[in-house]
Amino acid sequence: MSINWFKYSSPQTFFPLAGRLALGFGALAVLACAAGLYLGFFVAPTDAQQGESYRIIFIHVPAAWMSMFLYVVMAFWAGLGLAFNTRLSGMMASAIAPTGALFTFIALWTGSLWGKPAWGTWWVWDARLTSELILLFLYFGFMALQAAIDDPRRADKAGALLALVGVVNVPIIYFSVKWWNTLHQGASVSLTKAPTMAATMLAGMLVMSFAFWFYSIAAVLLRARCIMLERERSSDWAAQYARGAA
Amino acid sequence: MNWGSWENFLAMGGYGLYVWGSYLVTLVLMVVELGLLARRKSNAIGRIR
Repeated sequence: MSINWFKYSSPQTFFPLAGRLALGFGALAVLACAAGLYLGFFVAPTDAQQGESYRIIFIHVPAAWMSMFLYVVMAFWAGLGLAFNTRLSGMMASAIAPTGALFTFIALWTGSLWGKPAWGTWWVWDARLTSELILLFLYFGFMALQAAIDDPRRADKAGALLALVGVVNVPIIYFSVKWWNTLHQGASVSLTKAPTMAATMLAGMLVMSFAFWFYSIAAVLLRARCIMLERERSSDWAAQYARGAA
Repeated sequence: MNWGSWENFLAMGGYGLYVWGSYLVTLVLMVVELGLLARRKSNAIGRIR
């Protein structure tokens, strides 16, 4: 049996698949979110030092992870489009940017609301917070650059360069708490040592991470569908779909 | 974790503003994003026709 790896590399065949996947991942996101919030608010105990304020962790850490991860995936698609000139790659990169910016903002916002009770300040210019803010500006820069160029293929190329150069910021964010003396704490969860938190807290955080993952996949696929319709509006399949949606 | 009452749950041990301020804004932003996506799609369909 031979697999046609390129079957879904054209908008025409990917469009309906993306719609079905978005629905499935959206449903998974709701389920995981319900389970994660239950663990986070009704199973996980009160923190001995921070009281209930630590419960922000269940969205703060997953959002921060997603903000970095989505940037890497965006840069990956952008680079793929730059190297192989595939149509769908640039669309995927453009589709990821707003959701990535959303999670970056959520990470900063919830971090600020956690920083006030934990550190006594909404904001400090330490390496972790500053590099995460730069990530937000990289997303905004990518979106603004693409919006400023009318020809989608040229917009993809320019955006891809920015995305690839900016990817250097992701390890800086991740390792900032090691490389510099930051007010922000070090990683509570890492691949090299045991997590430094209660098992139920960790479980809630991981389930919420899955929820944000699923949400991101659904939102990105929905946006990719919009971009496909916009860019391929003069094609037969788009016209056919528009007639069916009427 | 047993909160005992709704008041205790909403108060979050005195950190209600910070905890619910985080969760509420996150929820609102996600709902807004999905709303914007639905509008963008119907606009795209409108331009094809």
